[in-house]
Amino acid sequence: MTDWIDIADLNDVPKRGARVVKTREGCVAIFRTGADEVFALDNSCPHKQGPLAEGIVHGASVTCPLHNWVISLETGLVQGEDEGQVATYPARVEGGRILLDATFLRARAVA
Amino acid sequence: MTQHLIIIGAGMATGRAIEHLLETAPDAYKITLFNAEPRGNYNRIMLSPVLAGDKTYDEIVTHTDDWYAAQGVTCRFGEKVAAIDRGAKTVTAENGDVLSYDKLMFGTGSNPFIIPLPGHDLDGVIAYRDLEDTEQMMALSEGSKVVVIGGGLLGLEAAAGMAARGVDVTVVHIMGHLMERQLDEAAGYLLRKALVDKGITVKCAANSKEILGDNGHVRALLLDDGTELPCDLLVMAVGIRPNVKLAQDAGLAVGKGIHVDDQMITSDENVLAVGECVEHNGALFGLVAPLYDQAKVAAQTLLGQEAQFVQKEISTKLKVTGCDLFSAGDFADGEGREDIVFRDPTRGVYRRLVLENNAVIGAVMYGDTADSNWFFGLIKDKTDIADMRETLIFGPAYQGGSAVDPLSAVAALPRDAEICGCNGISKGQIEDAISEGATDLGTVRAVTKASGSCGTCTGLVEQVLAVTLGDDFVIPAAQPMCGCTDMTHEDVRRMIKSQELKSMAAVMQECGWKTSCGCHVCRPALNFYLLADWPLEYQDDPQSRFINDRKHANIQKDGTFSVVPRMWGGITNANELRAIADAADKYNVPTVKVTGGQRIDLLGVKGEDLPAIWADLNAAGMVSGHAYSKGLRTVKTCVGTDHCRFGTQDSTGLGIKLEKALWGSWTPHKVKLAVSGCPRNCAEATCKDVGVICVDSGYEVSVGGAAGMDLKETEALAKAPTEQEALDLTIAFVQLYRENAKYLDRPYKFTAKVGLDWIKERVVDDLDERAALIARFELSQSIYRKDPWAEHAAEKAESYQPLANLTLEAAE
Repeated sequence: MTDWIDIADLNDVPKRGARVVKTREGCVAIFRTGADEVFALDNSCPHKQGPLAEGIVHGASVTCPLHNWVISLETGLVQGEDEGQVATYPARVEGGRILLDATFLRARAVA
Repeated sequence: MTQHLIIIGAGMATGRAIEHLLETAPDAYKITLFNAEPRGNYNRIMLSPVLAGDKTYDEIVTHTDDWYAAQGVTCRFGEKVAAIDRGAKTVTAENGDVLSYDKLMFGTGSNPFIIPLPGHDLDGVIAYRDLEDTEQMMALSEGSKVVVIGGGLLGLEAAAGMAARGVDVTVVHIMGHLMERQLDEAAGYLLRKALVDKGITVKCAANSKEILGDNGHVRALLLDDGTELPCDLLVMAVGIRPNVKLAQDAGLAVGKGIHVDDQMITSDENVLAVGECVEHNGALFGLVAPLYDQAKVAAQTLLGQEAQFVQKEISTKLKVTGCDLFSAGDFADGEGREDIVFRDPTRGVYRRLVLENNAVIGAVMYGDTADSNWFFGLIKDKTDIADMRETLIFGPAYQGGSAVDPLSAVAALPRDAEICGCNGISKGQIEDAISEGATDLGTVRAVTKASGSCGTCTGLVEQVLAVTLGDDFVIPAAQPMCGCTDMTHEDVRRMIKSQELKSMAAVMQECGWKTSCGCHVCRPALNFYLLADWPLEYQDDPQSRFINDRKHANIQKDGTFSVVPRMWGGITNANELRAIADAADKYNVPTVKVTGGQRIDLLGVKGEDLPAIWADLNAAGMVSGHAYSKGLRTVKTCVGTDHCRFGTQDSTGLGIKLEKALWGSWTPHKVKLAVSGCPRNCAEATCKDVGVICVDSGYEVSVGGAAGMDLKETEALAKAPTEQEALDLTIAFVQLYRENAKYLDRPYKFTAKVGLDWIKERVVDDLDERAALIARFELSQSIYRKDPWAEHAAEKAESYQPLANLTLEAAE
């Protein structure tokens, strides 16, 4: 079952940018691509926990601001030679609003 | 028995429905056709060719009066319907006539949306919808001025049509690029370029504020940045809204449009609707293909046949003023999606395919849409493209064919494109030298001097050789900027200057970028190159900046930031120190450290506290120290003649003046300066990017030092007899570095590449060039010499906060 919760207006997140949503288990980064797609990932690089929301967004990837690891926003997988994966969460845009799936966020708290 | 069908609106959808009815069952209905416009059906999408003068109105009429008469259709043109009584099944015309119907069909179309700006009701403010609007535009005399609000299809067609008639047209578009619903940024850039070539002025990201008038007639459009665009006519083409008023008054179910089911029947079984006025499964319709489908279904429904209207995958193939455009499907990035981009700068071609699960789901094409049907077929049929993936983008003719030519960008340059900026050598001159026998770099350099000075255009000269000589010339391997391009930093910088590329989309198109929006390597570099070369035209893009430059603070390993207020020349006072101490307390700053550049660093500030701590420091008179930026960091000084018994000049004063002149400027990498008051050099000036040593007779200015990864002593640039000249030399050097260095090269690397002599020629010997460099630096500083902290604290503070806080509900 999904339980979509309204988070914010799409325009509150800059194109090719990100903002964070605070949850009890840490921050989730909400990314907006140049094509206005929205993705939600843990705000923590698998390398040294860099804040991914501060990275440069290009295509459907983000580059961690600490050591330039590149992470796919679609799968959370680290690209290139490095290895690792970031947890992703269902997110979508409807009527110009960003929605997150609360069920998943709760599951995250339990996990 | 013949039934009576009343149709409201003689447009393209109802026109097609009438044709179907008459073809299939000419005697089934007696038809009465109302139309508010005083004429019958014409091909509305051909109004643009009429405006452009390519066609006449008579040529676009689809149904003439004779045709209606011959078909027995009763025409009530120029008459509106005043009311509908669905209970009695009657329609009341404007003149009071009451007509009864068996079936009623709405084809009321849509109304242009008029933005309720102050002045929208002035004379000379029109929409672009019908023949009357078109005639008003056609009546303009050559040289009159028109503003078109709206950079969508309709607005651009109006603009192009009027421009073809010699009218001076300006298009004002609120979004960042033209036709943003059909095109992505890159295709939007090409379209804009084509329109500008036709003499049309295009203003994107422009907000209209007010329409100004004189004696009740439009005079100008005022933008919210204060720009006034004078005009004799203002055309608003910002969109359409389904015309549902009459249906609503009649009590039919209406949302955004008149609700219809798959049979085109409204909430009343005897009332149908077709065309732009309908809403079907939440969708509205503006393109002609689905309208014709609806007309056919409506006709079949009226004849009691089974028929269903199905929404289809839509493609848009357009020609805007001679520019071929195509878009289809879904071309947004998304989960599991990847895109393939092809750019051919020579032909001004851009193609982008969006793939998902080995199928094409979206496409945008500009310039060459010849293969669009093939791609549209792939989208519609969800063809598995795994086997042709490598060559897919080149179209059907190239399956199993060739790869892209990395030289196409240089091949596309005109002969007068400047390749070597130092010596003013154009591509044509190099080509001529090659045809006269200069077949390698050394000879070209000897004959033309191209690439013989700073050398940064070497890559481009080699590419001209390769393009001209073909296989006879092999380019030595050069390091491309990143995986998005085959060009080097130097090549791209030359292209930006010589081709006057002023936006990121322009650079990516003209230099043949292989990705749609670059990567973390090229975007920050391009952003710098563009703002350095076009300070007035290019708008800094924070999203293309590394976090430190974007948030004006240094990110630390734990995601917190460091805050360093500026202390001009290393001078501070008790009030500033008190404010820093207060801020350290208030924001629980864990570490306070004195830096190597004579500043105080507050380390461990939370990102969300940044705007507040900045505001507090601002209140005490301090501004950003730019300790994070690829720009001027600090000017370190000794106390000079103020206190020191050895000081020869006011080194602190010069340091402060240098810092006040240079602060805020962006540079290829960080820039650190120092001024020492005597040769004892307490400020350690001789390992800085620019160092000044004061002596009795003046100031020794030296450049290109390093004390980081490499250790290097500065090299003497010149000796300045006056403080002003020391300032001038420094500023001119910094500007030369800004204009020519590769992104992330510190000045010592730049100096090594171009040679100190090349720098001296421009900064020391040629006084005109020195003055020009200083003037260009000042121009840039008119934009960038300001405190980003104050600006962000006042205008962007909200963006530093979390988007939402779910800590209270996440773990129920």
